[in-house]
Formats: sequence, C-alpha cells, structure tokens
Amino acid sequence: MGWFTNHYYEIAAMILFGVGFMGLLLNKNLIKKIVGLNIMDTAVYLLLAQRGMIFGRVAPILGDNLNPSAQQYINPIPAGLVLTGIVVSVSVSAFSLALTHRLYKKYHTLNLDEILLKSKQEKLKAETH
Amino acid sequence: MKDHENTEYKGSTNPFVAWVNADPAPERKPKKEKKQKTAGAEKKAVASSKDEYAAYENRIRKFNSFYKPMAIILCCAFIALMIFVVTQTAPFGIADVPSNNEVSYKYIEDGLKDTGATNVVAGMILDYRAFDTLGESSVLFTAVMSVMILLRKDRDGSLVNDPAEEKVIKEEEKISRIHRDVVLKTMAGIVSPFVILFGIYVVLNGHISPGGGFSGGAIIGAGLILISQGFGSERTKKFFNFKVFTIITSGSLLSYAALKCYSFYTGAHHIETGIPHGIPGAILSSGFILPLNIFVGLIVACTMFGFYSLFTKGEI
Amino acid sequence: MIDGQTILVWILLGFLITCAIAAIVSKNLLTTVLIFMSYSLVMSIIWVVIESPDLAGTEAAVGAGVTTILFFITLKKVGELHTGKKKKKKDQEEGNEHEGS
Repeated sequence: MGWFTNHYYEIAAMILFGVGFMGLLLNKNLIKKIVGLNIMDTAVYLLLAQRGMIFGRVAPILGDNLNPSAQQYINPIPAGLVLTGIVVSVSVSAFSLALTHRLYKKYHTLNLDEILLKSKQEKLKAETH
Repeated sequence: MKDHENTEYKGSTNPFVAWVNADPAPERKPKKEKKQKTAGAEKKAVASSKDEYAAYENRIRKFNSFYKPMAIILCCAFIALMIFVVTQTAPFGIADVPSNNEVSYKYIEDGLKDTGATNVVAGMILDYRAFDTLGESSVLFTAVMSVMILLRKDRDGSLVNDPAEEKVIKEEEKISRIHRDVVLKTMAGIVSPFVILFGIYVVLNGHISPGGGFSGGAIIGAGLILISQGFGSERTKKFFNFKVFTIITSGSLLSYAALKCYSFYTGAHHIETGIPHGIPGAILSSGFILPLNIFVGLIVACTMFGFYSLFTKGEI
Repeated sequence: MIDGQTILVWILLGFLITCAIAAIVSKNLLTTVLIFMSYSLVMSIIWVVIESPDLAGTEAAVGAGVTTILFFITLKKVGELHTGKKKKKKDQEEGNEHEGS
C-alpha cells in the first residue's frame, strides 16, 4: 500500500496524461484532440507542482515574517515554472483553435480523415485540369 | 553527358537526384504525352485519378485499422511503465528529497533581502528568473500575431470570411443590437466593473500576496470580454481598437526588456540600481517588481481580449 | 498518514480522472467543453490544496475562463452548438429561404 499512499499525486498525473494522450491519438475530431492536449498539459503541471509540496509547511508568502527560515515554507520553484506554463498553454490552444477554424472554413468538416480525403481529391483535380 | 545538360526538370530536388544517379529522368516521357492533351489521355487521367483516390481511401482505412489497436497498446504500455517509474521515486511531501535543495532555500531565505517582495514566487519569476518571463510574454505576443495572421479579415473582408458568413455575422450583430439579452446586459453592467477592479487589485498586489501579472491580466481580460458580450463590440471599440492594442503590447514588452536590461547590467557589475526596496509589505516596495507586474498584466489582458475579438469578428 | 485532507485529495483526483475520461469519451462537443471547464475548476482547488495559491488563481481565470470562451466561440463558428445533423440541415434550409426572400 505504501506505493499508493506515497505517490497518489504522481499516479493520478500519469493516468491523466494517459487519458489525454489517448484522446489525442484516437479521436478523429480536431476539437477533441485539442481538449486531450490540454489535459496532457495539466497532467504535466500536476506532476511538476506536487514535487514542491511538503507536509506541514505553508505557501511561500512571507507576510510579517521578516526573517524567514527555509524550514517553514514549501519549495517555490515548481510553482514559478508551472505559472509560466499555464499561460503558454492558453496561447497554444488558441493557436490550434484558430488553425481548426481555418481548416473548417476550407473543408467544412472537423474530421481529420475527411479532411485528408478532401485535400487528396483537390490535389487530383488540380492535376487533371 | 550531353543528355544530362539538355534535360530540364521542373522539381527542385529532381535534378540533383538525377545528377547523383547519373541517369535521365524516367518520368519525362509520360509527361510529354500528357501535354498533347488528346481526349483519350484525359479520360485515362481521370480514370487513373479515380483509382488513385480509391487507393488513398483504402490506405487510410488500412492505416486506421492498424493504428487504433497499436495506439491503445502503446499508450497502455507507456502509462504502465510511467506509473512503475513514478512509484520508485522519493515519496510525496517529504522535505529530504533532492528536489528540495539549497536553491529553494536560497530563494526563501535571501529573497526578501534581494528583491524586497514578500511573495517569494513573484520575486523569483520577476527578479531572479525575469528573462524566463520576458520570453513567456514574447510567446504570448507571437501567439496573438499568428492568430491574427490566421483569422484577421482582409480590408474588404475577402481573405478569411466568405460573404455568406459575413452576412450571418452582420445579421447577428443587428439582432443583438435590437434585442439585447436583458439578463446578460444587466449582469454585465453590475459585475464587470468589479471584475476589472479585482484584476487591477491582483496585479498591483502581486508582490505581497498571491497573484501577479498572469492571473490579474487574465481576470482583466475576462472582464473586458464580459463587457464586449453584454454591451456589444461597439462599446469596447471606443477605448480598445487595433492601435491601442499595438501600442500597449509592444510598449509593455519593450519597457519590460529595458527595465530588466538595466537591472541585469547593474547587477552583473555590482552597481547599486538606485531603486529602493522599500518597506516589505507596502504597495510601493520591492523595486522593479511592481512595474514589471503591471507590464505583464497589460500584455496578458490585451492578449486574452485580442484572442476573443479575433475569434469572434476577425479584427481587434 | 490518512487524514481528512488526504481523503479530500483522493476524491478530487478521482473527480479529475472521471472528468478527463468523460470529456474524451462524450459524443457531443459542447458537453466535452463544459466537462473540461469543470476539470479546470477542480484542478484549481487541487492547486490550493498543494499550497500554490498563485497557480490556483491563474488556472481559475485562464483555464476555466478564457480557454472555455475560446472553445465556445470556435464551436459556434463551426456550427457545433446546435446538436445533431437534422437541426443543422434545418438551419441551413432556413438560411437559404431567408436569402431567397
């Protein structure tokens, strides 16, 4: 049981990563692929940020404590790294949504296979004419 | 050799390949036949293209039948391996692990002395690791530019929006102008000032309490989106158009870079910056962190609202 | 070491995994986006539990707010807010009638 009680955050993060990865690989719908990518993002952030947590200590907001000792506060580095990542993930998903929008305007579908077939058809048409 | 010099190839890679193999291009003759454009050849081409299409469709179907089980198997194996590896690491929530080392102790113990910020995370990302945040703001700027390239309307609106969709958008705007949703409008009027005020509070208190440029900027952007939804885009256009957007984002990025260049230059040469750190816990303290927070907040707010208006109307 | 907070965290993590699976499996795109929004909210509660309030605020504003709005606008643009193909076809016919008249 020790492997579970000591590592439940990591196990949950890995399961979330797997679920997001499955969604990214197996769904043909582009928007679901983007949702899967976002779930993978958050799983990685969870794995990173839980490394800084220490039982019995508090978040590194000093307040009135002008002589802080490192034994009172948790590790601030993972939080700083993840804070950057969260905002970047928004811009990634906005960019991919914009690409999806353009693809829909051209091919009028969100299914990746249909998009591939339609683009092949167009190419063949252009070759014959 | 003469043959090689005389042959002309259209593709860019073909001549090199042919030159390496030292043989004339094999596809050249059928192309000439095509150029004669007899009726039979065209029919043949159509038939061959149909065959090719069917072959491609078949290939996709075959690929899918092979791809799905392989993806599931690989995913499951990968996740099982990852869970096994993760359970072998140090337990969660214990202080004596390699990830809690002297770097974080240094940030916590000397952070207040070095940066003057009582929020150690803000002091870390805006002072010790400020170039990281500059690169991150540049990523946001680049993202909004690429979305603009993808979704922005042409001057006559012909590049992105086809006329039918343009018509639909205009009709919807007309309908929403006449029959504005009362619940949405009233609630937007009541809530949005508080949302924006709270965002400004979070940005300005970033160095003494949790929050900072990223979360505050996102809250301000959400408030702007709420105003634009409730009162129509004409209302936000009065104070937020493309010119304002350009000035705010590029100005904030440039001032961020300038401030941080000054601070790093003086720090590398052991010169005093001349900016007092102030009393810890006061609003006007911690040197450059307050203006840097404001710049980051402006960039994030403009980016969020820019995403929204580019997605809805194709213009800022 | 199993106390109240640990059990709360287990419940939250279980909710996260359920939400992720539901978002991936669900057929309707609108449902997917809504479930993803609640996923982000629960994620921000977990950030509070592991003592990172900065992350909690950012995740709540960005993940549950702005990303969801962008998803909604894209769904509206690609015409997936009306569920089912029948309704879509009806809408198209109505649009054609409007154009004709």
